[in-house]
Amino acid sequence: MTVLPLCPTPIMQHETVQMAHGAGGRLSQSLMQRVFMPHIHNSYLDLLDDQAKLDLPPGMVAFTTDSYVVSPIFFPGGTIGELAVNGTVNDLAVGGARPLYLSAGFIIEEGFSLAELETIVISMAEAARKAGVMIVTGDTKVVGKGQCDKLFINTSGIGIVREGVNLSCRNLHPGDSIILSGTVGDHGMAIMTSREGLSFQSRIKSDCAALSGMIAAMLDVAPAIHAMRDPTRGGVAATLNELAVSSNVGISINETTIPVKAEVRGACELLGIDPLHVANEGKLVVAVAAVDAAKVLEVMRSFAEGRDAVIIGSVVNLHPGMVVMRTAFGSQRIIDLPLGEQLPRIC
Amino acid sequence: MKYIDEYRDPELARKLLDEIRRTATRHWTIMEICGGQTHSIMRNGFDQLLPDTIELVHGPGCPVCVTPLESIERALLVAARKEVIFTSFGDMLRVPGSAKDLFMVRSEGGDVRILFSPLDALQIARDNPSKEVVFFAVGFETTAPANAMAVWQAAREGIKNFSVLVSQVMVPPAMRAILSSPANRVQGFLAAGHVCAVMGYEEYEPVAREFHVPIVPTGFEPVDLLAGILKTVELLEEGRAEVVNRYGRVVSREGNLVAQKIISEVFEVTDRQWRGIGLIPGSGLSLREAYSHYDAEKKFDVSHICASESPLCMSGSVLQGVLKPDGCPAFARECTPEHPLGATMVSSEGACAAYYNYHRNFAL
Repeated sequence: MTVLPLCPTPIMQHETVQMAHGAGGRLSQSLMQRVFMPHIHNSYLDLLDDQAKLDLPPGMVAFTTDSYVVSPIFFPGGTIGELAVNGTVNDLAVGGARPLYLSAGFIIEEGFSLAELETIVISMAEAARKAGVMIVTGDTKVVGKGQCDKLFINTSGIGIVREGVNLSCRNLHPGDSIILSGTVGDHGMAIMTSREGLSFQSRIKSDCAALSGMIAAMLDVAPAIHAMRDPTRGGVAATLNELAVSSNVGISINETTIPVKAEVRGACELLGIDPLHVANEGKLVVAVAAVDAAKVLEVMRSFAEGRDAVIIGSVVNLHPGMVVMRTAFGSQRIIDLPLGEQLPRIC
Repeated sequence: MKYIDEYRDPELARKLLDEIRRTATRHWTIMEICGGQTHSIMRNGFDQLLPDTIELVHGPGCPVCVTPLESIERALLVAARKEVIFTSFGDMLRVPGSAKDLFMVRSEGGDVRILFSPLDALQIARDNPSKEVVFFAVGFETTAPANAMAVWQAAREGIKNFSVLVSQVMVPPAMRAILSSPANRVQGFLAAGHVCAVMGYEEYEPVAREFHVPIVPTGFEPVDLLAGILKTVELLEEGRAEVVNRYGRVVSREGNLVAQKIISEVFEVTDRQWRGIGLIPGSGLSLREAYSHYDAEKKFDVSHICASESPLCMSGSVLQGVLKPDGCPAFARECTPEHPLGATMVSSEGACAAYYNYHRNFAL
């Protein structure tokens, strides 16, 4: 018996992303239908127009963008997708805005696993649902092998600033309390200890989370909060320095009050890194008039994201533009901006 | 956290500080050898808490700081080669050569990787047989055993695509150099705890006798440091030029014999240039003849590369305890961590960086 050769039709069911997935043709459509649409759909996105046309509620519009290039893309406590949603949501929320709509742009390396891409899309959809935002427009591009590292995501976000709220890093006044929403360094150390080349393992999980719910509740009880920042890259140290410089005030913090998880501290000790310089992705630094501090703290502690919230210091009339820490021994030292990359020490 | 919190106990620290204050009847100048100790002192603000009678000066024990400029230049050349995967401890990447640093080589396409252990470099060599894997073997006696072990293991397995760029230095010859200098002010030493963990402290006993200085092996945690300072002050007050161990949980008199054995199997003593200080006879380690085919200097023919230091940088005086970082006219002006003139401003263990990070312009 002879086997008749089958007509060689193009392969349509790929396991990995091909250049053709980004070329706008049938494979692009199949990528949308197979990976994105089943998980992210809403009345805006489903129209498949080139833009989302949004009816915005009254108020000032807050608009932000951020790109996510984290490696590894799956890490303990999150994915690059969750990070991309929560990061942009938080950037809106710390400005006093209610986050409403996000865009999502994907730059995918040729050969990237479609199953992993789908897992990331699912995690984004879930993060958006939790944060109460809609992903209303998006884009995918595929680049050649080696031209990006697996997957980069850009998200932009729009929110509406709450009436009567004026949050700005220039608003700090001497006497303000500085509140930190929880333990420092979780995200950065989760990433660092899950990278290759590090010969120890840890159970550190990223703190990646949306803070918009907690922030809304905080503004309900204290609309006059002066400033909020999410201390991401550069850690709490960088955020405090930015606040001190922008408002031209000094900030004084107490070493013994800074919450650090034991495993984060251990990893930082081993690598010679200051936890205050390590990135967070679900933490908040708040400057608020001392009279309002207690009620803000109480609200924060009622949320999982703010369970460990604590007053770490205050704004002072001394050393403008500088952050100074009182050590456990009663001495003082400057808390400086970290210089570039965190480098593990030699010995 | 166990093994840390008990050595950071503020109450215990206060007691030790009181005891130091009571014991010191006159001015004493004490050098802590290790940059890790310098940073711990500055980080915890002990310079503010110690009595005026105790002056701490900062020693040469910062591997990044003393690695000579020519070694950096050689590293930059080797790292830029297409066939090379250049591996290093993270600290070394930011140290400037005369024109660039390893980060810049990486941005220009060099394959430069940060590792935590030279044994990881060996694994990279096994995984990449078509590449030449080079490890930048810098440091004091603390890094020497693992660096030696990597070479020894490579030899045992017959791995050919691995080599080390060696710039190993040793503490006791540097102490002798400091004590022999006419400008010396140091009256007692806190020896570097982790160096002593490897080498023991027997080799410090002749130094103590010869130069009539007390030497106290000391740890890095606040309570360790204060206990080391207190013991040094006691010995100074009593006129005893002895070696007394104050890091007993880690250091023994004979040290780690296994580590010492692998060091002397692979390395031999050599003269070595120290950045900012100059040539110190018998202060370095280089690969023995039997392991010379693992010497990256020879493999890539870079041993002829020479370089000279910025004349503005006074890090040599800082490293010898003659000058305090903030006594340098360039400190925090021409010389900052963003634009360092010398390695003491770059390294996470450099004395100038410690002053800049924790105490710059800071009237308490």
